[in-house]
Amino acid sequence: MHELGIVFHIIRSVESVAEQNGLRSVSSVTLELGEVSGIIPSYLTDCWNWACSKNDLMRGAELAIEEIPAVTFCEVCGETYGTVEHGRTCPHCGSERTYLLQGNETTIKEIATPDEGPDGGGGADDVRADARACARANRAPAPSESADAAPVC
Amino acid sequence: MDDVRVIEVKQSVFADNDRKADELRARLREQGTFLLNLMSSPGSGKTTTLRRTVEVLRGEMAIAVMEADIDSDVDARTMAETGVRAIQLHTGGMCHLDAYMTEQGLEGLLAEGGGEPIDLAILENVGNLVCPAEFDTGASANAMILSVPEGDDKPLKYPLMFSICDVVLINKIDALPVFDAFSMERVRENILMRNPNATIIPISAKTGEGVDAWADWLRTRIAEWKIA
Repeated sequence: MHELGIVFHIIRSVESVAEQNGLRSVSSVTLELGEVSGIIPSYLTDCWNWACSKNDLMRGAELAIEEIPAVTFCEVCGETYGTVEHGRTCPHCGSERTYLLQGNETTIKEIATPDEGPDGGGGADDVRADARACARANRAPAPSESADAAPVC
Repeated sequence: MDDVRVIEVKQSVFADNDRKADELRARLREQGTFLLNLMSSPGSGKTTTLRRTVEVLRGEMAIAVMEADIDSDVDARTMAETGVRAIQLHTGGMCHLDAYMTEQGLEGLLAEGGGEPIDLAILENVGNLVCPAEFDTGASANAMILSVPEGDDKPLKYPLMFSICDVVLINKIDALPVFDAFSMERVRENILMRNPNATIIPISAKTGEGVDAWADWLRTRIAEWKIA
């Protein structure tokens, strides 16, 4: 419902990190998104592709999304269960005294840049292979050619 | 040049907006301006309630209203007829206002009044029970209107909206005899289950019933805001 606004805020945050680190371009941004965060990854990706195409720093940047499953804890019986399947009511004992343990995350985890590091090396210490692999595995679908109008939530 | 450098960020996607909102709130406090963020679904009576509110309070304080909609300026014109400063904000297709847009609106309101200070600024948010709840506008307080025809189950369906509001107005109580499936007791239970601290005020913007209690709530909160 609100993905375009969220994309604008992510880009603003990335711009500020880029400024602090003297980056000229960004190759990917990794988000941790909870299963019940209320953000729909496919909408977010559409908005992302549209907004990045209009921004010099972000042009061509991939959006990698790591989804975090939603898990709820029951205070009465002490069991955990999948939030999406069972909602607020504990499937083990029927209690409604439950709270979300995880699954509401909306975190910008990291940014990858092809730019060289401040030491001029772009050194191996800074490079995390697992993050790169992840960005590739979650590669966003190609933006549709005709999508020049802003997606509306 | 396949190597990439990875910079860890670890911040919420809302952090940028939250920072802006806190900055705006601090500035409003310095200026002695209480900003009310009013939310509801379309057609619950936001504009009519605001007209009533303005009628009661405008002799006591300087009031200004920002109307946020996707299109048209009907609400701003309606509010301007009451004699208060009013401007229309267009969200460019977006379903909510954020702190950046609110800041622009406040600057517009100040400019409209030649810099005259504002005691009570009201932001009439886009009619929507989902997205506006997720973006802090920098407001001093969040209020929402739930109207009787919408049903008493809305707090169960839109929990976030009800959980972030300081006050919930139950509007159109004059229509209770017609919408007899609506239970005032049940709506209270449903709201308090999501938000035990919410103040609940039943009103009818049409007849004026309950509007004094609502105006009192605002007076108290504005006075507290200016002292703190």
